[in-house]
Amino acid sequence: MKEKKIRVLVAKPGLDGHDRGAKIISRALRDAGFEVIYTGLRRTPEEIVNAAIQEDVDVIGLSILSGAHNVLFPQVMSLLDQKGIDDIQVIAGGIIPEKDIPDLKKIGVAEVFLPGSSTQNIVQWIQENVPDG
Amino acid sequence: MKQKFQQWEKDVYEKSLENSCPVGAPFTTVSGKKINALYTPLDLKNFDYTEELGFPGEYPFTRGIHPTMYHGRLWTMRQFSGFGTAEQTNQRYKYLLNHGTTGLSVAFHLPTLMGMDSDHPLAEGEIGKCGVAIDSLADMEILFDGIPLDKISTSMTINPPAAILWAMYIAVAEKQGVPSDVISGTIQNDMLKEYIAQKTFVFPPEPSMKLIVDTFEYGTKAVPRWNTISISGYHIREAGSTAVQELAFTVRDGIEYVEWALKRGLEIDEFAPRLSFFFNAHNDFFEEIAKFRAARRIWARAMKERFGAKNPRSWLLRFHTQTSGVSLMAQQPYNNVIRVALQALSAVLGGTQSLHTNSLDETYALPSEKAVTIALRTQQIIAHESGVTSSIDPLGGSYFVEKLTREMEEEAMDYIHKIDDMGGMVKAIELGFPQKEIINSAYWYQKAVEKREKIIVGVNAFEKDHEPISLLELDESVAKQHLARLEEVKKTRNSAQVMQDLGDLKKAAEDEVNLMPFILKCVKSYATLGEIIETMKEVFGEYEEPIDF
Repeated sequence: MKEKKIRVLVAKPGLDGHDRGAKIISRALRDAGFEVIYTGLRRTPEEIVNAAIQEDVDVIGLSILSGAHNVLFPQVMSLLDQKGIDDIQVIAGGIIPEKDIPDLKKIGVAEVFLPGSSTQNIVQWIQENVPDG
Repeated sequence: MKQKFQQWEKDVYEKSLENSCPVGAPFTTVSGKKINALYTPLDLKNFDYTEELGFPGEYPFTRGIHPTMYHGRLWTMRQFSGFGTAEQTNQRYKYLLNHGTTGLSVAFHLPTLMGMDSDHPLAEGEIGKCGVAIDSLADMEILFDGIPLDKISTSMTINPPAAILWAMYIAVAEKQGVPSDVISGTIQNDMLKEYIAQKTFVFPPEPSMKLIVDTFEYGTKAVPRWNTISISGYHIREAGSTAVQELAFTVRDGIEYVEWALKRGLEIDEFAPRLSFFFNAHNDFFEEIAKFRAARRIWARAMKERFGAKNPRSWLLRFHTQTSGVSLMAQQPYNNVIRVALQALSAVLGGTQSLHTNSLDETYALPSEKAVTIALRTQQIIAHESGVTSSIDPLGGSYFVEKLTREMEEEAMDYIHKIDDMGGMVKAIELGFPQKEIINSAYWYQKAVEKREKIIVGVNAFEKDHEPISLLELDESVAKQHLARLEEVKKTRNSAQVMQDLGDLKKAAEDEVNLMPFILKCVKSYATLGEIIETMKEVFGEYEEPIDF
């Protein structure tokens, strides 16, 4: 039986164009054997959630450096909720003050990776938290 | 000499090394460039002092663009700053000026950077976050309230809407009674590096280039003390390039702007003296110094030999430096003070004209007042305590630094020729060439860090438990206050005049004439940034980036 590959949507909400992190993560996840879809820059919460459903992903990785996470992440989470989706893990990275993390976790963001995180930690986190297909 | 050197290397150096435990080998720079254990005259074959270095203020300017360098005048300590509303940022500027900063540098929030008004749906959550919110002349008047624009020079980090923000600045100065030929400052206005690296774009490359040449043309006539572009390697480096790539792509961008301006029929010696540059000061101390020195030499040669510029001011590569944002670490954030100090020192030893030092807390948020003060004090300590300003280009003549400067030049020239062969930088961008080179370097570096081939203190070595630090907090009422002013401006202005001016701008864009006078009219009638950009979009279209990683 062929094992289904884990599918990850790397998404960039917010107006900033800093895509170094998103692209490095995308490559590292692809090199680790995942299917990676990268949204490109400046996607609205609607666009991100729609892409995640269309691509049938297991994980959404939100990369944001603009400071708008406290507004945009709740929108992503509530859209997922409205659409009755509970089998997609949402993780995040970028410039996110630590004091914001508890609230982000409360609304359902599974993990926040801070600057300096290794791509291997993220790969490992996904492997441990996404059930094999 | 050669024999003696080889003997030393084999019998002395390598033998001693066998008995020790080598640290950090193989020795490479942060860009992956191999560094030898020792440099000697053997590394500088056919070294010709006058040809390669010259004297400070003399061609090819390797040792600096001014004959007196920091004896005549220190570099400008210019801290990039902006957050929240125009009122809040105006207060911060006054604070910085009172503490010895010598020039202003405006950070705009992302909607302004993208040419969107704050009431645009995509602006939600972004208002005042990454910089100050500016939608119209009304905001700009508050931003510079009580700041004498005839005495202070201002740099504005703004790209797609650069012409518009510049027009607002000119209009504010006029209201203060300061004519446009007196004000001085810089607009970043460098779209090529946006397509390559920072990704703040609105229009496609061709109309962007047209608009930039419009500002060159207008500036030489009406705002002669203004730098109409800051050709930037900073963002290229932040996106993950090597030092050589930063140098090569930046200089090649500069060449591209010159070529487009010449095509318009501008006189090289009229606009070239107003071109300025902006580089990154990253971690690798000597590599950075070599990069700055090589940049001056390559530019001088390109301007004189490739373009035949006759005015010596056209040959000068004047540059601003900012310490590297990506090198700052969230872990043990006080260590960032040391990183910034070393990077700033490399910029000074490399002969920078102005400098921004980053704050220790910027991996988390915009800097707090306390953190900004330490960053500014870092520059003041270098300037007034370290003694490095006493002698011009103090590392000139070092076998190592001269060899590295040569190598930087040679490797950058290889890239420049390659891009020439592709038909120029706009073509290379369309092919995705610089973008791909940068992400390849970024990925290489990330892997090197994860394999611990590159050490980052506090991150992959010498780790300890995390201690949180206090950060600048912006309350969400900022957005409300700011949106109220935008609404007020739209209600009280003369709408018929705004419609008329926007209509004239659109027609001018279709007629392919210089848009600056039309943009100035629009901002003076309080047309908003978003309205002006949308009007131009109708003619110029929008850029869609190919998605690739």
